[in-house]
Amino acid sequence: MAKVPELSEYQYGFHDRDVSVYRSKRGLSRQIVEEISRMKNEPEWMLEFRLKSLEQFFKMPMPDSTNSRWFSILPGELNSLDFDDITYYVKPSEKQGRSWEEVPDEIKQTFDKLGIPEAEQKFLAGVSAQYESEVVYHNMQKELEDQGVIFCDTDTAVREYPELLREYFGTVVPPSDNKFAALNSAVWSGGSFIYVPKGVKCEVPLQAYFRINSQNMGQFERTLIIADEGSFVHYVEGCTAPIYSTDSLHSAVVEIIVKDHARCRYTTIQNWAPNVYNLVTKRAVAEKGAHMEWVDGNIGSKLTMKYPAVVMKGEGAKADVLSIAVAGKGQHQDAGAKVTALAPNCTATIISKSISKQGGKVTYRGLTSFGRKAEGSKANVKCDTLILDNESTSDTIPYNEIKTDNITLEHEATVSKVSEAQLFYLMSRGLSEDEATQMIIMGFIEPFTKELPMEYAVEMNRLIQFEMEGSIG
Amino acid sequence: MSNRPQLVIRDLKAKVEDKDILKGVNLEVNGGEIHAIMGPNGTGKSTLASVLMGHPTYEVTAGEVQLDGQDVLEMEVDERAKAGLFLAMQYPSEISGVTNADFLRSAINAKREEGNEISLMKFIRELDKKMDLLEIDSSFSQRYLNEGFSGGEKKRNEILQMMMLDPRIAILDEIDSGLDIDALKVVAKGVNEKRSPELGVIIITHYQRLLNYIKPDFVHVFMQGKVVKSGGPELAERLEAEGYDWVKEELGIEDETVGHAQV
Repeated sequence: MAKVPELSEYQYGFHDRDVSVYRSKRGLSRQIVEEISRMKNEPEWMLEFRLKSLEQFFKMPMPDSTNSRWFSILPGELNSLDFDDITYYVKPSEKQGRSWEEVPDEIKQTFDKLGIPEAEQKFLAGVSAQYESEVVYHNMQKELEDQGVIFCDTDTAVREYPELLREYFGTVVPPSDNKFAALNSAVWSGGSFIYVPKGVKCEVPLQAYFRINSQNMGQFERTLIIADEGSFVHYVEGCTAPIYSTDSLHSAVVEIIVKDHARCRYTTIQNWAPNVYNLVTKRAVAEKGAHMEWVDGNIGSKLTMKYPAVVMKGEGAKADVLSIAVAGKGQHQDAGAKVTALAPNCTATIISKSISKQGGKVTYRGLTSFGRKAEGSKANVKCDTLILDNESTSDTIPYNEIKTDNITLEHEATVSKVSEAQLFYLMSRGLSEDEATQMIIMGFIEPFTKELPMEYAVEMNRLIQFEMEGSIG
Repeated sequence: MSNRPQLVIRDLKAKVEDKDILKGVNLEVNGGEIHAIMGPNGTGKSTLASVLMGHPTYEVTAGEVQLDGQDVLEMEVDERAKAGLFLAMQYPSEISGVTNADFLRSAINAKREEGNEISLMKFIRELDKKMDLLEIDSSFSQRYLNEGFSGGEKKRNEILQMMMLDPRIAILDEIDSGLDIDALKVVAKGVNEKRSPELGVIIITHYQRLLNYIKPDFVHVFMQGKVVKSGGPELAERLEAEGYDWVKEELGIEDETVGHAQV
């Protein structure tokens, strides 16, 4: 009776005519990096940062399961990703639009299809839309601007807020962190820069939307958020790409500094096409009494390796990582969380929900680490997996490091299937097998969707429904 | 489809794995009638309920079931529900993350045509009214479906669903088990409220107790996987007073069950 809905077609798989005004040659070299920096009119220090990072990248071995516990892939598994065949920088238009009309038509149509301008009018305080390597549209409510909130793309920040940016850039995720962080540091382009001044609370979310259009394109956005003391900000990002026969790479770096008693929530709904490698490094530092929340949804991509991290540096810091991962045919979601307590009385909660179907593979990979000064700290980890058929698999790989007594660590993991009894019950009330399965899945991920802004929750449910829409006739 | 529902069961046989459970059930239920099926444990009563609803564990080996002239056995579980069959289950499943209200609205809309969905306001009005009648706290609609419900709450929820979904034939499988007298009265109130020529009811129970509050028109004794004796309400009273032994004696039955294991 428990037939499983099949993965339906990826709905954002369309692509547009290439309208770019500049694209770098394929491949990675010192020359390409210099060219990107020159195109962007960057200061000398940034060029140096890029070139040093490039050296790092060349020096570091390709990570895999034999040399890193954070790379689940087997040696050679990333071979289809040819670094010399990737276009590292594509500039889609001459300038950034501040009003929707200024955005080039072709690009505008794409974002129209994706519903971005509508969303902005309805419920966002600010929007940034990145197409290929550059942000093509950017806008923020005047109210926030008046309060001193900075929300711009990171390239603009290099020019307009050089001191503020330089103080924090690369401090949370250094280029040497891992090979893909080094790559991003060398060729990064776009991404969001946010500064929220002391005590300012942004009640409505700020949003960025990332879209890859070109084939063999790498998107390497770089996001930096600084939430100053006592402030609050909620940042939301969404991602899609067309389907091509060859693989694309998305390799972002996100750095967040949450100062004393500030709170930052970072929500991602990643729905990359099923041929995108999504290798992202996300890390936040939480100071005294600060609260960092990662809300991370992984639906698309071929392979995602992403473990949003929080380093709790100050006493009483809090970390929440809430994630869902859905892996269908040919997909592997290797996701999780890393929390590190370096000060007393920190609290971390990790909730991971994953669904695998049609041979998809989900892995929860997580780290909870308690340093010598972390006495009185607590961590609670809960991983639930729903497996929809016999071909699909799941794994739970928790790492724990404990260097002090007097801490509390709880770990709970469940693996379940959609039960025949549940299906029978719902169907006996008139729901079809598809509808019943969907309802059980929606219920399973409800702890995640209820944390999303309402409009996103609706979109998320629609996405999942779309993913699950089946072949049962 | 005439307005008065009619369920006809003819010589129904079913098995689970290799074991025959139902051994030729005959029963006819019309709109406006309440039928009580009584019998000791292990005689196949609950199996009858599950088979009628189409539970995949059971395999029908012979016989026929018709609802308003339509072949029920040909239908999927959800099609049976849409045709007007309802089963209040003995052990309803728990569905985490789905609120009672969302579930009920989806179920109501599943039975309606697209574009003719129940309006939210109308749904809430109806739900509030029925929850009041069943003395259910208003927080109930936002709780997850059966999750963490007490036995009594689950039973009330089954009756609430029956009232909201307006079936043509409702089967109540041991709706009285584990209920105290007050909860029993509330459940009975719900069933009596829905009593009309547009609804036929089958009540499956061990005890006559529930029948003090829901007066049946027909009482059937179930043994060895079939109806062995039928009568009016007086039959239930005699069973309550004298137990089942006299029936066995009268019919020459030694072992009333369908086998030793309770299914």
